[in-house]
This record gives sequence, C-alpha cells and structure tokens, in this order.
Amino acid sequence: MSKSKKIILSKPALRRKKPTKKIKKTSDINVLNNEFLIKLYKEMLLIRRFEEKAGQLYGMGSIGGFCHLYIGQEAVVVGMQSVSKEGDSVITSYRDHGHMLACGMDPKGVMAELTGREDGYSKGKGGSMHMFSKEKNFYGGHGIVGAQVPIGVGLAFSHKYKNDGFVCMTYLGDGAVNQGQVYESFNMSALWNLPVIFIIENNKYGMGTSVDRASAGSSLADRGKAYGIPGMEVDGMNIFSVREAGKEAIDFTRSGKGPFILEMKTYRYRGHSMSDPAKYRTRSEVDAVRQQKDCIENLKEVLQEQKVTDQELKNIDGEIKSLVTNASDFALESKLPDDNELLTDIYL
Amino acid sequence: MTNIKMPALSPTMTSGTLAKWLVKEGDNIKSGDIIAEIETDKATMELESIDDGKVNKILFKEGEQNIEVGTVIAKIGDDDENDDEKISVLPSTNKDENLILTKNTITVREALRDAMAEEMRLDQNIFVMGEEVAEYQGAYKVTQGLLEEFGEKRVIDTPITEQGFAGLGVGAAFGGLKPIIEFMTFNFSMQAIDQIINSAAKTLYMSGGQMGCPIVFRGPNGAASRVAAQHSQCFASWYAHCPGLKVVSPWSASDAKGLLKSSIRDPNPVIFLENELLYGEKFEVNEIDDFVPIGKANILREGNDITIVAFSIMVGKALEAAETLSNENISCEVIDLRTIKPLDTDLIIKSIKKTNNLVVCEEGFPFAGISSEIISQVQELAFDWLDSPIKRVTGLDVPLPYAENLEKLALPQGKDIVEGVLSALNRIVKG
Repeated sequence: MSKSKKIILSKPALRRKKPTKKIKKTSDINVLNNEFLIKLYKEMLLIRRFEEKAGQLYGMGSIGGFCHLYIGQEAVVVGMQSVSKEGDSVITSYRDHGHMLACGMDPKGVMAELTGREDGYSKGKGGSMHMFSKEKNFYGGHGIVGAQVPIGVGLAFSHKYKNDGFVCMTYLGDGAVNQGQVYESFNMSALWNLPVIFIIENNKYGMGTSVDRASAGSSLADRGKAYGIPGMEVDGMNIFSVREAGKEAIDFTRSGKGPFILEMKTYRYRGHSMSDPAKYRTRSEVDAVRQQKDCIENLKEVLQEQKVTDQELKNIDGEIKSLVTNASDFALESKLPDDNELLTDIYL
Repeated sequence: MTNIKMPALSPTMTSGTLAKWLVKEGDNIKSGDIIAEIETDKATMELESIDDGKVNKILFKEGEQNIEVGTVIAKIGDDDENDDEKISVLPSTNKDENLILTKNTITVREALRDAMAEEMRLDQNIFVMGEEVAEYQGAYKVTQGLLEEFGEKRVIDTPITEQGFAGLGVGAAFGGLKPIIEFMTFNFSMQAIDQIINSAAKTLYMSGGQMGCPIVFRGPNGAASRVAAQHSQCFASWYAHCPGLKVVSPWSASDAKGLLKSSIRDPNPVIFLENELLYGEKFEVNEIDDFVPIGKANILREGNDITIVAFSIMVGKALEAAETLSNENISCEVIDLRTIKPLDTDLIIKSIKKTNNLVVCEEGFPFAGISSEIISQVQELAFDWLDSPIKRVTGLDVPLPYAENLEKLALPQGKDIVEGVLSALNRIVKG
C-alpha cells in the first residue's frame, strides 16, 4: 500500500468522442438485468428532473438563499450508491440534493426543505445546503467547502471503533481538494486505516475557477499519494465506469486496507449556484458535454439496445415527472415552520 | 563547590519532586552527566550536572516532593563552604503540611483525569483524542494513566492537526460515539474553530433536531506563565457567543471533576475551559458532589456589601480580595460562575438584590467579554436594585506581553479586585 495506484478507466470527459462504445466494453453491463439498469436510470432521471424543478422554483422565488444544482453529475452518486451497502454512511458538501435522493430520502421532504417548510428534512431550518437523515445514514449537507471531509473521516472512525463493517462515502468537489483540512483528513485516515472512500467530484470548476487555474499537479486522484492512499481517475459521466471503480474502492476499504480516493471526472451543466452567470466557460463547451457525454442519455441508449421499448421509456419519464410534480406540490403546500420552532433544536 | 539547584523545567513549574538520584555521594561526575530525575508538573525530566567534580552532598532523599525551584539539592566539589542552605529552604513544617493536604485533597489535574476515567469505565463509546494524550501521558499530564487503563483504541494520540481531529471528533459524535477532544491549549482551537462552531454547534438546529453532537472539547485556557501573546488568551467569550455550545470553566478540583463528568454525559457540544495554573492546585474534594450540574453558579463566600462574580482562576483572586476587604469591614459575596453558558443569571440577580453592588472579574480581554454580558443582563433585570455603577476587572486590551512585569500589569490581580470593590463602593483607594 505504499505506492499510489492509478488506474485510468477512461480519458477525461471532454476529450472522449464515442462514449457509448466505451460503455459497452465495461463488464458490468452484461451481468446486470434490465430491471436493475432501469432502476439506475430512474434514479438518475429523478435527480435530473428534481433539480430542473428546483431551478424553476428558485426562479419563482419559492426557494431562497443558495441553491446548487447537480445536473450533469448524476452518474457519480447514483453509481457509487448502487455499489455501497445499506448502513454505509454518506456525507457531502452543499451540492447535495442528488446525494439525498440517491440515499433514498423522500423527494417530498427534500423539496419541502428547499422551500423552507415544516415538512422539510430539517423542518425548514437548514435549507438546500444543510439537510440530514439519520435514518438513511446521510450526514449532510455541509456548507463550508471541505469541512465535511474530516467529519466523514470521523464517521469512518466510528465505523471502525464499533467494528460494524460499514464504510463512509465522503464526497467532495474539486474546489475542496485545496483546503488544508482535506490533507489532515487524508493523513489521519491513512495513519489509522479508516474505512473511508474519498470521492472527488471533479466537475472542472470550483465556482468560476477552472481546476487548471486552481490546482497544481496533473491529477486529483494522486493527491493521496504522499499518504499511501491509492487513487483512481474515473469517467464520472459513465455510470458503469463509476460502478466498477466504486466496487474496487469499496472492496479495498471494506476489507480493512484503509482509505481510497476516486477522482470522478464529471461536469455540471448549470452554474455554480443559481446566481452564477457562468462567464468562465463557453456555451459550446457545455453543449458538447451534453451531446456527447450525458450520463442519462447514454444509459437510455443502452436500455434501447437492451430492448427496452420506447413506450416503457416514456412510462418511466411519466412516472418520474409525476414524482417530482408531487414533491413540488407537497413542498409548496407544506406550511411555513411554526414561529415556535425558532428556538427549538438549539440544545438537546 | 558548585550548588546543584532544583531547576525550572517548565513555564509554570514552581516546585518539583526528586524522583530518583542517579549518583551517590562520593561519585566523581562530569559536566553533562545525568545525575537525577526530576518530576515536574508536566513530566519527569533528567537533570544534568553543570560542573565536574565529586558529589559532595546530596541534600534531599529520593521521593521528596514540593522542593521549590532554586533550592540547592546537591553540592559538587570540595567541601569548603558551610551548608546551612538546606535548613533555610526546608522549613520543618513543610512536610507535615503536605501530609495533611494529601489526605483529603486532590489536584485539579487528578480531578479531571478521574472524571474521564470514571466515565470511560461506564461507557465504552467514550474515547479521548488529542496531541500527546496517550503515550506522553498528556502535555500537562491530565490524561496520565488513561492509555494504560483503556488502551490505544480509546486513548488516541493525534498528529498536530487540530482542524482535522476536531472535525473527526464531530463526525464520530454524529456516528454515535462520545469523543473527548483535548486541545493541548485552547489557543490551538483557533485552528479548529470552524469545525467547533459550524459543524458541532449548529448541526442540531440545521438538521431540525436529528443530529446531536455529544462531544467535549477540553484543555487549558487563558494565560499560563510568560508564554506570551499567542499562547495566552481566554476563549470564554468567543465560544459563549455561539448558540449550540455550552461553555464550562471551573475553578476548584471538585467542580472540575463534577462538571467534566456532567459535560461528558451532556448530549450537546461542551467547551470545557481549564486553566494550566490551576492544574497543580489542591482542593478538598466533596465526595457527595460527584456530578456538578452545568448552568449552576456557586456562592463561595457570603456577604452583604457587594457581589464579586468570577470564574476559573479569577475565583481564587476574588476570594483573596474578599478576605483583604473583610479587614476593612467590607463584606463581599463571591460567586463562582462555574458555567459560562448557560449563565446562572438568577443567582447573580438574587445576590445583587441582597448586596446592591457588583464587580465582575475575568482574565480575558475587556471588549465584548463575559463581564460585558453579565453587566448588560444585570442592568436589564436588576437596574433598580443597584446602588452603584457596576465595575469590571479584566485583562487589558492588549496582546499578552512576555516580560514578567508587563504580563503582571496586563492580567487582573487580586489588588485590582480590591480597588474595583472600593471604587464601586465609592471608598478612597489607598496607596
């Protein structure tokens, strides 16, 4: 374990021309039945539609404050969560709606939190960036860049302490990798062999600053090298690549060998937050990824090749759309939190 | 003849224990030879000879305690001088006093250790983590013996990585454990303050009550002894400012023990502010008060003329001041806050209704300090009961200087409390 391991499953997202061919080559697809593929497809589609709806509600003024959408990155969290097991803990930063849905949290409760209502996961007191579900082992939802990383290591510490066999999936962005506490976390997790997977979602921009302008060195997967943490670059736009890498990382970590870093090369289609004019990249850059790499479209093509009919796909679209509409209706109908809630939950 | 003296081996060491002699009378030694082991308030250290020659006299036996710094403990070289120094530094009553003291008393350091050990025996989910807490036995020996009893799973040395292990502690608390996170001093907690406030204190609220964080952050706070500005600061008002945190700062050993036990059992994040200068102080321990409730102040001395409110090391100074003032027929009521947040406002108000005058003491900076908060609350709640403007006695608004004289000027002393009381009562301040 002294040497960092680097397995490049694919070239960085933007340079790939024919993603569908690459998808077919992965081993996963042949053993997965259609039912499971459809499940993955639905989960990604739910996030996409949910986020689109959140964007609309923000535009209408129903969602306030900061709101960071996950559109484009769906394959990362759906792929990773599909290879984790129930009981594994999950923690991420503020671009967290997708993670909550992938953890099985109710879209109604998530949306109601976005609208700041009493039926939200935090009773309307946390908002977009601060949501939690102990029941689903989702530990937030953290608003400070990089701060979730030592907390994730602490969750991993508790797994090891209790010897419960679970791992902590700690998600962070490419912007967070330059925070000092991330390296404090790498060091302690490697030193104490803690069961934590660091999933760096490299969507190419930390707010408006591209990775090239913010991060020295060629690979974020290598950032654990000095600590002996193996790292892997993964095509994060391809759910099968994500699953394959995720399995390897989780097997490694769950078997007691310590932390693992996965750098997911991904892309966000929307701005950093709702108020981001996105002048730092061209429209054509975004369009190119959408057209060639979109994780949902690509999986849809696979489903079609697997003889899933257009009618079935249409039904899925309808099903997801109504889920999201219901969540939105629920979130808008739910009451504002009672004034008495102001001073509750400060102390136990 | 060269005198070997009890050396000062730490900033706060005033006396030491002669743990072991490695030479005997008559041995020939060289400068640099290790001649003895000295146990200080922090560790056991080796003592080197400062001269060549024959060990002429050894003046203290192994195991002798409380030998003051500067006391001659051995003589090297020719026996050409009289050695009556020993008599002058070892008053005959000294030993007996110690015997009496050790019978029913305990140091703050031991009290804190006992509190942790007793709770750890009862709850497997409690662990202690921090720099030098395990193998080194604690930078200030507070965690002495814990590694031996509880093993390396539960007593964990960290790298020097405050933000990292503070955040790790928060995550472990979310994950169902009960961490005790030691900061070697609270000055280093500034490296970790985002995790303490943004992650530990606020998450319960932001999660709508789902995510409790039962964690204790503890360590020495405030000025020590001439360690200068970066290592001498009181964080009481910093942390008390933030909703979601409880802030505890005891003075006596029994309160240290009882409050630390309560803090460990508390389901909320607790900032437990100790004081390095108090670690070695001995106090009588009341066995009945095994748990001291958080949020309850204590009247240590009853009086009628004026109330003096203090916490941590200032309590001792307030009691001294009250004693001095009693000679001038001024009867002071001294309140030890013990907990900063939640503040026991009721007890303070009750006392003011009796004495009608108030002096508030704190070692920290004056601006936006704990005393400011107390004064504000008192004028809101008991304005009509006051006979005089409230005085505060605080540290000066200056980074703490290194020079001995300047440090003393910057920190509030007992005489400053005396002057504060006299001024509040409109008496003339003497000399």
